[in-house]
Amino acid sequence: MIGGLFIYNHKGEVLISRVYRDDIGRNAVDAFRVNVIHARQQVRSPVTNIARTSFFHVKRSNIWLAAVTKQNVNAAMVFEFLYKMCDVMTAYFGKISEENIKNNFVLIYELLDEILDFGYPQNSETGALKTFITQTGIKSQSKEEQSQITSQVTGQIGWRREGIKYRRNELFLDVLESVNLLMSPQGQVLSAHVSGRVVMKSYLSGMPECKFGMNDKIVIDKQGKGGATEEAAGKSDLGGSGGGGGKQSIAIDDCTFHQCVRLSKFDAERSISFIPPDGECELMRYRTTKDIILPFRVIPLVREVGRTKLEVKVVIKSNFKPSLLAQKIEVRIPTPLNTSGVQVICMKGKAKYKASENAIVWKIKRMAGMKESQISAEIELLPTNDKKKWARPPISMNFEVPFAPSGLKVRYLKVFEPKLNYSDHDVIKWVRYIGRSGIYETRC
Amino acid sequence: MEWANQLCENRQFGSKMTDSKYFTTTKKGEIFELKAELNSDKKEKKKEAVKKVIASMTVGKDVSALFPDVVNCMQTDNLELKKLVYLYLMNYAKSQPDMAIMAVNTFVKDCEDANPLIRALAVRTMGCIRVDKITEYLCEPLRKCLKDEDPYVRKTAAVCVAKLHDINAQLVEDQGFLDTLKDLISDSNPMVVANAVAALSEIAESHPNSNLLDLNPQSINKLLTALNECTEWGQIFILDCLANYTPRDDRESQSICERVTPRLSHANSAVVLSAVKVLMKFMEMLPKDLDYYGTLLKKLAPPLVTLLSAEPELQYVALRNINLIVQKRPEILKHEMKVFFVKYNDPIYVKLEKLDIMIRLASQANIAQVLAELKEYATEVDVDFVRKAVRAIGRCAIKVEQSAERCVSTLLDLIQTKVNYVVQEAIVVIKDIFRKYPNKYESVIATLCENLDSLDEPEARAAMIWIVGEYAERIDNADELLESFLEGFHDESTQVQLQLLTAIVKLFLKKPTETQELVQQVLSLATQDSDNPDLRDRGYIYWRLLSTDPVAAKEVVLAEKPLISEETDLIEPTLLEELICHIGTLASVYHKPPSAFVEGSRGVMHKRLPARTGSGESTESPDVGTAAGGSAPEAAPSIIPSQGDLLGDLLNLDMAPPTTTGPPPPNTGMQMGGMDLLGGGLDSLMGDESEPLGGDIGGSPAMGAGFGAAPAVMPASLNAPVGGGLGDLFDLGGGVGMPMGAYIPPKTVWLPAMKAKGLEISGTFARRAGVIQMELILTNKAMSVMTDFAIQFNRNSFGLAPAGPLQVLTPLGPNQTIEVSLPLSTVGPVMKMDPLNNLQVAVKNNIDVFYFSCQYPISMLFVEDGKMERQVFLATWKDIPNDNESQFQIKDCHLNSDAASSKLQGSNIFTIAKRTVEGQDMLYMSIKLSNGIWVLAELRVQAGNPNYTISLKCRAPEVSQCVFQCYEAVLKN
Repeated sequence: MIGGLFIYNHKGEVLISRVYRDDIGRNAVDAFRVNVIHARQQVRSPVTNIARTSFFHVKRSNIWLAAVTKQNVNAAMVFEFLYKMCDVMTAYFGKISEENIKNNFVLIYELLDEILDFGYPQNSETGALKTFITQTGIKSQSKEEQSQITSQVTGQIGWRREGIKYRRNELFLDVLESVNLLMSPQGQVLSAHVSGRVVMKSYLSGMPECKFGMNDKIVIDKQGKGGATEEAAGKSDLGGSGGGGGKQSIAIDDCTFHQCVRLSKFDAERSISFIPPDGECELMRYRTTKDIILPFRVIPLVREVGRTKLEVKVVIKSNFKPSLLAQKIEVRIPTPLNTSGVQVICMKGKAKYKASENAIVWKIKRMAGMKESQISAEIELLPTNDKKKWARPPISMNFEVPFAPSGLKVRYLKVFEPKLNYSDHDVIKWVRYIGRSGIYETRC
Repeated sequence: MEWANQLCENRQFGSKMTDSKYFTTTKKGEIFELKAELNSDKKEKKKEAVKKVIASMTVGKDVSALFPDVVNCMQTDNLELKKLVYLYLMNYAKSQPDMAIMAVNTFVKDCEDANPLIRALAVRTMGCIRVDKITEYLCEPLRKCLKDEDPYVRKTAAVCVAKLHDINAQLVEDQGFLDTLKDLISDSNPMVVANAVAALSEIAESHPNSNLLDLNPQSINKLLTALNECTEWGQIFILDCLANYTPRDDRESQSICERVTPRLSHANSAVVLSAVKVLMKFMEMLPKDLDYYGTLLKKLAPPLVTLLSAEPELQYVALRNINLIVQKRPEILKHEMKVFFVKYNDPIYVKLEKLDIMIRLASQANIAQVLAELKEYATEVDVDFVRKAVRAIGRCAIKVEQSAERCVSTLLDLIQTKVNYVVQEAIVVIKDIFRKYPNKYESVIATLCENLDSLDEPEARAAMIWIVGEYAERIDNADELLESFLEGFHDESTQVQLQLLTAIVKLFLKKPTETQELVQQVLSLATQDSDNPDLRDRGYIYWRLLSTDPVAAKEVVLAEKPLISEETDLIEPTLLEELICHIGTLASVYHKPPSAFVEGSRGVMHKRLPARTGSGESTESPDVGTAAGGSAPEAAPSIIPSQGDLLGDLLNLDMAPPTTTGPPPPNTGMQMGGMDLLGGGLDSLMGDESEPLGGDIGGSPAMGAGFGAAPAVMPASLNAPVGGGLGDLFDLGGGVGMPMGAYIPPKTVWLPAMKAKGLEISGTFARRAGVIQMELILTNKAMSVMTDFAIQFNRNSFGLAPAGPLQVLTPLGPNQTIEVSLPLSTVGPVMKMDPLNNLQVAVKNNIDVFYFSCQYPISMLFVEDGKMERQVFLATWKDIPNDNESQFQIKDCHLNSDAASSKLQGSNIFTIAKRTVEGQDMLYMSIKLSNGIWVLAELRVQAGNPNYTISLKCRAPEVSQCVFQCYEAVLKN
């Protein structure tokens, strides 16, 4: 198991050091500093073995978090733990920075004591932790409160406490997708996938039992066969305005769920039922690869004119309903290292050559669907002796569109709270779809 | 420390204070100041002081001098302060053991506190204080906490047992904490269960043979139930523990898999990987034709792909594991090539791993895409990545023949870029392509030669020199090229020197007239001026070869080379199996067994995948290995080491494998047998098919004398129907059900791969329908194809000999396994062996001859017509002298006499009569061996007593021991 956890600043000075196992000595702190943080070459692996001691590290801005062990631990678990630790710290005091860590070091030690015991991760749900690890001093808890805390921390529903009350029961669903693309210069899709998240913000009283439905192909097909019994329930007010339109159901390659979702039920019936944590949580992540709506198409044209000049022309085409607007569009065209000057002409938006980033950055605020725009640039090069050719990094794009490129639609989210007297109809529900670019690249 | 001296402007306690001020630089006399503050009356001041102490401790300053003062602060109602003091204690108690005792009282008191959080805190901290005197005081509070009413305290106490065990294992055992811990597996709270499992697993690791975890279907069921309810971390502990279990049969295996698969949708990647581990392991036991098997395979791909959208560090762990999974079960991800395409912004460690997997997945169907990608990567910035991409192009050419041409032209394009390291890498792989497809792409040699000067890495130079030597006849100026290398001979690395020596000798053999001077020069450089023994030896061998017999030299040096195999960097199969059992862990990241990087006893235990079995058959637990349950006939086979690798790779001459072998060293177990194996036996082995050895029939006088029995030759009655056994059973009126059929011992490894150049043989013996069969599994764990299998036995006690050639008709490719069944006759030459049922076997293939010995259960020699007439039985029993009677005990057998009788009948042990005297059943039985020896037996079974007594009478008492072993084996299986 995890033998110890160290947090360093960018210089390699220890900010936090917590040792859980006897086999980890003080010298481990220095070994990591010398061999990884101060290493001459960039580290080539997130796992380093130094003198039979293994170090797992992640970096957040310029803070290093390192978990140390001498055993054959579950490596995936260690990294998941480190990420969770970052989440917990962020939830407690915001950005992970040297200053924040120093300001909260007592709190961090307290957290580390609670969420790792003898190197075994225990409970890392911020909601539960915040009920008894506070920095406002210990409130004297009543006996009931204490047992409520312990049963929440160890219980089956560790993520929600009982007795939550709201005057207005409300929930917000955000379908956030990032669409990824790698396209060849000829316009052939080399790989494309959407990775999406369903984020839920709920303000519901009691212990509400929720059921979430979307246009998952497997469910729809099953219902088509089994009769339209569920169909009526599905006709709720949650239909979103998709950009692709017309698509009835989507094939989901794979999905993962927040720990509140009953996985065995999903496996057996493919229904998503859960009791949500109070406030915000990431209900689900999913991935699709079929029938993705690619919001933009990039058509590059690069011509080398002699040894000292490049001509670049890039066309972008928007590919969605004309009534919808894409926002925050940015096209990044890389330029060679020996660029000496650039002239740009673009029809729409603003374009600038940024020498420090070795790229031409073209920004357009808004663009409707089914439109086209173009940029052309002349790049002057300094003559060099470098034999190695320019690697021609791909042209990348950023944007935001108000629909889900995967075609996913929320069909319903039903809420049942048997003990309190509010029904599904009394809950105010909101759904929003946002599609963003992930790694959206076209080679040139 | 040089941290900025942050001034604390807020001096009022009411307003928000920051803690970073505690990190301020320290001045002289600070310890003294702190001491004063710690002893202050004001609570707030005390707390501030403790914080300062902890901050100093963090940065590595020694504040142990403040021990008594800090401990004094321990008795407080302020939980925050208490926690800080505990933190200090954990760090310094070990260096101040005597003073640490001062803290004990508070701990014991806290363990009784009304607040469960404080009880848990106390027991948690106490376990972290590694002072013997304190651990003694820990036992009582711990015992209470393990049975606490609050689950939070119990889950903390469970982990505390593991802590205590780490300090004083004996104490934990003596105090009976292990049993309490086992009880917690049935706790009502899932988190308590998960922590108990984690603690037990850890303790069990340091006691490999203790049956601590005692996994059985009931406890597994409890774990699977808890799995649905506990935290993500608890799920990981439980899944990792489940992975150590070996289900009894395929049905159990399937039902566990069904309950584990929902975990594949968990948001926590570690839960997913641990579930994959359980599934990959248990899948081994499922029959491949099962529908569920296919379903499971399909279910595995999507979650593995999803892992690639995790954060980069986790992606790296996932990719290292996928690399293993792809080698073990390529079918899972064969359609997912695209997801492994490298993204421009991937961290380098992710890029390199993806590349590796791409090559493993490359096939004819996707090669065009892969090549296009690889070409793209070859223009990237990172040198290591580019090199690997170039190398990958070469590996594609070797793996997918249809793509070879395109690969070669891609490589030539890359050579044109003149980027130094790209060119060198390309030349190294082109050499391999030449080896794989001789006489196809030599037209590119000219282009390669143009780049001779830019090669500065030994591997590339050696590759180029090899090419020049190999194709000397097509390169006009080969002698000049090689001569140019010769100038700096002593500055070259050994690799290049050796290659240069061989290349020039090749050149000489091809163009003797022009190059005599050159060859003399290189030979003298290698033999006279070099200190390197390898180089000198090789030089001398060439020299002598050339001077004594140039024709032979030509045959040796210019011999046809075996083709190189496709996959050169596959993980060795046994290691791969072990790593599959460690999916998700560090071992799977390093691709090394835990013993390679873990100190001490932990993790040294090798894990193995379970064997595929039909339902009802028992499998060995992976930890026990192949140790068969106490029955003697499967004693581990002894290996007669082969000396086939006499010359080995000494010359690196690409010779065909040696066709003769040296004599096997004398084996203590056999005095006379060795020679025979070498003599006639080997000769016949080397023939294309081994002819069955006729003549010399079983009843030779020597043997007859040895056994003192009538030497009547009784060939195995081939036509004895199995049904006969059935009929007899009903005669007996026992009516116990169907006979089990002849007992077949489980297969054991007779010849491990490491002793036989990659050939692994495991097997067993069976008697089916009156025919003795040797059932073999041949597995090719080497990288090259094996052909021309033949088998031969040494003389043995019962004249066993193959009744036909070994039926391995198709060549056995790398990683392939073939099951063959070899019918045996009992008419071979006879020689008494020790032990009697020892059989020495030689197996030949295109690589070498291998020897091993194994022991067969004598029950396979029991013939079908072994049922004696009652009268004859009585007469014979009396006739055999009492000295020939031997008595044995069979322990722990819970069959009743009828069940035993029918079970034995399946193996041709026939019950002739049954008597019941005073609640004791006496069964009289007869057995006839294939060579005509009769064995008479009396089996005494007492109701309620699991121990049987058996008396055996035989004219050849030597066989009694073996017969007894068979009884035992048959009755217990």
